[in-house]
Amino acid sequence: MSFRRKKGAEVEETLKRIQSQKGVQGIIIVNSEGIPVKSTLDNQSTVQYSALIHQLVMKARSTLRDIDPQNDLTFLRVRSKKNEIMIAPDKDYFLIVIQNPSA
Amino acid sequence: MEITYVYSKFRREFGRQGLFSDRAEAVMVDIQPNPRLMSNFVVKTPRDQASQACMDMSEHPVNTERFESSNCGINHMEGAWPKDINPRDLEQTVRFKKKIEKEENYVNSLVHLGYVMDHCIRQNNTIDIYQEHFKEDEIEKVPEFPTAKTMSVFRDPNQVKRTITGLSWHPDGGRKLAAAYCSLDFQKSPPDMSFDSYIWDLEKPNYPEMALKPESPLVCLDYNPKDPHTLLGGSYGGQIGVFTFRTQSCGTPGGAILWWDVRKLSEPTERLVLDPSREGNLDQALGAISLEFEPTMPTKFMVGTEQGMVVSCNRKAKTPAEKIVCTYEGHHGPIYAIQRNPFFPKNFLTVGDWTARIWSEDIKESSIMWTKYQMSYLMDACWSPVRPSVFLTVKMEGVLDIWDLLFKQSEPTLSVKVSDKALYSLRIQDNGQVLACGSHSGEATLLHISSGLSTLQKNEKSLMAAMFERETKREKILEARQREIRLKERSRSEQSREDEAWREDGDEDPEQILAKVESDFYSMTQAAPAPGLAPGSASERQPRPRQSESSEKKEEETLNL
Repeated sequence: MSFRRKKGAEVEETLKRIQSQKGVQGIIIVNSEGIPVKSTLDNQSTVQYSALIHQLVMKARSTLRDIDPQNDLTFLRVRSKKNEIMIAPDKDYFLIVIQNPSA
Repeated sequence: MEITYVYSKFRREFGRQGLFSDRAEAVMVDIQPNPRLMSNFVVKTPRDQASQACMDMSEHPVNTERFESSNCGINHMEGAWPKDINPRDLEQTVRFKKKIEKEENYVNSLVHLGYVMDHCIRQNNTIDIYQEHFKEDEIEKVPEFPTAKTMSVFRDPNQVKRTITGLSWHPDGGRKLAAAYCSLDFQKSPPDMSFDSYIWDLEKPNYPEMALKPESPLVCLDYNPKDPHTLLGGSYGGQIGVFTFRTQSCGTPGGAILWWDVRKLSEPTERLVLDPSREGNLDQALGAISLEFEPTMPTKFMVGTEQGMVVSCNRKAKTPAEKIVCTYEGHHGPIYAIQRNPFFPKNFLTVGDWTARIWSEDIKESSIMWTKYQMSYLMDACWSPVRPSVFLTVKMEGVLDIWDLLFKQSEPTLSVKVSDKALYSLRIQDNGQVLACGSHSGEATLLHISSGLSTLQKNEKSLMAAMFERETKREKILEARQREIRLKERSRSEQSREDEAWREDGDEDPEQILAKVESDFYSMTQAAPAPGLAPGSASERQPRPRQSESSEKKEEETLNL
């Protein structure tokens, strides 16, 4: 019981640590089907981000795999004029963080 | 044919070895060539034929059918939820999410991802990994050849194609282009020709965004620079219409220049008759074709006429006689375009007959710079708004010429064949990179000029200023010399006239020379009738010789014929 709770608390701790970093505007956790599991942004933005970024990650991953089947995507950074979207993909989930580094 | 040689030998000498000896040759058989055998053969030109053992390949260009696209909006809905969960039901979705959060897989992967992400975030905060170093040493631009690329073509959607006679860019960023369509073949237009003129949106080249429906076709069109919702159009029937996106109002026709105040459209506020002798006589008025008005100099403006003269006028003058300040003569045909240089307002460009000329306001006798006579008629021209030394012209053979005076003065820097039909109008956008030209068959082509021709070079302004000054000075010197020579001649002829006042004048006076030359001209044209040279078709925009009064220029003209 206590083992389970500690694990659950770890997730919370991780997210809190990320959120407290300078310039972080939002965090979204998306599962492999594109459903946002957890998010710190409002519902509409969450849905939009998760749907669009899910497609982008799938495309990026398949691109790398097509070039070299041994290779795989470990991290994706999309730098835009206003901020940077960082995506850490995993087998079943991915973590999206939106940061404004100059803020 | 069998060749045999017979020799005889004693029987007792059979079997003995042969003893060789030399003797002079003797002809045994002589076979002559038989000419009749030649008929079995045919003389062929020798050929080189190379052969190689490789794959046969061929190249085919393919053009797909025109793809018509349209813009429409899409409504996104949430998806990806498992079948048994209704996305709208908040309780179900929350329960589903909570279930996921309890999985061990989730926890493990998320901890790992968090670690990775943390590293990158800290990286971002520590240093700017996208910082541009060495921004001060800008990469030297490699001088490339000037190019112009066609971006898109807007075609007249009607069956009967009409010429694009006027173009105007939307003043706010140049997203839209207004084009005036009108058939310039006087009385040849079919009865069901549409009168519409269109406004095109650059993003949608397939069909025009808006149509303007005047009472008669519009010849020229211009956006109001202060109010992007208003357009002014001059129509074939002599009317001026103001188009806003709500209503349309008309003005009365005019053959002189009329000033209109947009607020008071019932009658013109001022009236000026274009008469070179300044008498205000309507009979002697010249037909006006093009107008130049510089917003920074609101009292002065210039008019290009059908007779090839540019008239400079002052709006603020008290009497109509003083309104016409001066005239500039130099073109042999109607002046189709006139525009001041946006950087040097004292110099202006005119286009007419087969040349483009640059004038300085101070020199009235002739232009300071001009191009040589081109192969076909020049229909429109404009300066580049970003580079003082670049101007563009369009010709009747469908060619767009870009001239760069600092680079080459004898011929255009870049010549692009835009279409097979004649190009009638040209307008460049305020950024100097995109331009539109309209053709005879109703096509407006959008071109993108290379950055070499649309970015200001170092010292360009000062070099251009020096060039204009130099040419102006040259003309002034020439003019002064001419005046001197004329003065000398006059004084000499006056002297000689006094001495021989009693002698009968055998010389013809200027009037007689004029009459003779005119009759020569008419006999020549009668002998070889050419289309468009018949006098009296006043509204045709065809090249025709100018009927001037000055005798010197008249003789020059007959040589040109």
